[in-house]
Amino acid sequence: MPVAENHTQSWGICNIPSVYRQAGRAPIVCHNPFAFVSFRRMPLAFAEKVGRRTSDTFAAFGDFFTFAGRTLGWMMISGFRWKNIRLLFPQMYEIGARSVPVVSVTGAFIGMVMAIESYAEFKSIGQEAHIGSLINLSVVKQIGPVLAAVMVAGRIGGALTAELGTMNVTEQLDALRVMGSDPIRFLVVPRFLTCVFFTPILTIFSDLMGILGGWIISVFLLHIPNGPYWANSDVETWQIMEGISKSFFFGASIGMISCYKGFNSGAGASGVGRACTESFVASFIAIIILNFIFAQMLKEMYIALYGYRGIFG
Amino acid sequence: MPLIQLKNVYKRFGRLLVLNHVNLSVEEGQTLVILGASGSGKSVMLKHMVGLLKPDQGEVWFDGKRIDALSDRDLIPIRQQFGFLFQMGALFDSMTVEENVAFPLEEHTKKTKEEIEAIVGNTLAMVGLPETRKKMPAQLSGGQRKRIALARAIALGPRVILYDEPTTGLDPIRADVINELILKMKRELQVTNVVVTHDMQSAFKVGDRLVMLYHGKFVFDGTAEQMQASEDPIIQRFVRGEAGAEELASLNESSV
Repeated sequence: MPVAENHTQSWGICNIPSVYRQAGRAPIVCHNPFAFVSFRRMPLAFAEKVGRRTSDTFAAFGDFFTFAGRTLGWMMISGFRWKNIRLLFPQMYEIGARSVPVVSVTGAFIGMVMAIESYAEFKSIGQEAHIGSLINLSVVKQIGPVLAAVMVAGRIGGALTAELGTMNVTEQLDALRVMGSDPIRFLVVPRFLTCVFFTPILTIFSDLMGILGGWIISVFLLHIPNGPYWANSDVETWQIMEGISKSFFFGASIGMISCYKGFNSGAGASGVGRACTESFVASFIAIIILNFIFAQMLKEMYIALYGYRGIFG
Repeated sequence: MPLIQLKNVYKRFGRLLVLNHVNLSVEEGQTLVILGASGSGKSVMLKHMVGLLKPDQGEVWFDGKRIDALSDRDLIPIRQQFGFLFQMGALFDSMTVEENVAFPLEEHTKKTKEEIEAIVGNTLAMVGLPETRKKMPAQLSGGQRKRIALARAIALGPRVILYDEPTTGLDPIRADVINELILKMKRELQVTNVVVTHDMQSAFKVGDRLVMLYHGKFVFDGTAEQMQASEDPIIQRFVRGEAGAEELASLNESSV
């Protein structure tokens, strides 16, 4: 439908109107003899491209935050009505209960690997009984929460994006809107809330299994005596809470990003597929960046409150 | 006063002007058929009527109220007066047929379980599929899915039903079942119907008034008889299903 813009204007990349390309027609006419590529236009075109990309990126960010704002708005208005609370249960089962095995297994194996990898180093300075403090500290502060969040992003984030993306492509989101039910209230709020509250619970599973895995390998494979192992394995409540509190934010970013990507997926199977990939990548990056910010922030807080303390006391 | 009115509506997607200064009034009780080629902006116009899309310029009115500037929340009472039959049905595939039809009732009314069940039973009987209650949408055929979607659209007792290509993708007999249903809706529920289609047989059968959209503008507005008698080559070709020089040009170009 768009009409070829201007047949005689030929500055810029040589614009050959399609009629001239047809066999048996007039030869190609370019009014500017050097018009194959115009050097005058190139920097301009480049600037235009950069500008458009930048403004698109900002627009997408704005779009995302509007989406997040509307989700929070609906949560405040009607999140506590029974009509909406009952929407939570299927999500809790899918997102929460069914993620326990995979999160536990990964947690346990990471604890086991930590024990194997750090044993030699600790033994070389004669401190192998202290291995538990390193394993447990790493698990509760970093590996447990981050790994649980990554597993949730992979298992749940992808599924949420695919589900909502398919609903978008098959006009089910429009059907909801037409029936006067906001899809954000009906679909996003329950999924978001479940992600926020169940990622920390899954983190607890991951922590527990990590500690258990580290203990099994240290005591039964590496033959560290059980008593000294546990005597040197203390972690503080603060450190456990550090991991759990940041996982609320991990959950929030997974829920929000995956729902947003689903709502804005492109058409067709490839559009939904691409949205899933983008959703996982974006959630993963958000987790890693948030984790860095929290590490720095919570470290400062800890030092301000309790002063510096290391593994070896 | 017309029930639905589009006044000087423009809509653009990127560089493509889909609706170009469209004016349309739909009277209450009328069955209006909007004709046009695929991609000519028929569905876009339908989506403007319920506020799913907003015009770039111009106004949309429903029952004496301007609706194009309303937020989603303010649109809720307006949208409850509409039933929308989507092209592929758009049934919620995580719910059974029964739950799908009950959905708008549970969301917007304070009816008891028994009352809702009775209405679901009635509407399913109305579209002739009472036995599908417990089935999932994936277990239904395309035609059945559209009929269930119609049952869901009429569950709240709307004043207007909008149909987005109701017969597309169905065999001629199933398509005629849908045509009969559209007529039945008008007869028994006294609703206003707006049907978007490119199926001429269906258009002639159900339409009181036919309009044809071509390059973002109306090129025809009248009855089925007037349309068949029209001398306009664009309309003639559409009625008979013949491609013109413009459509065939793309074939020639690619073969060079």
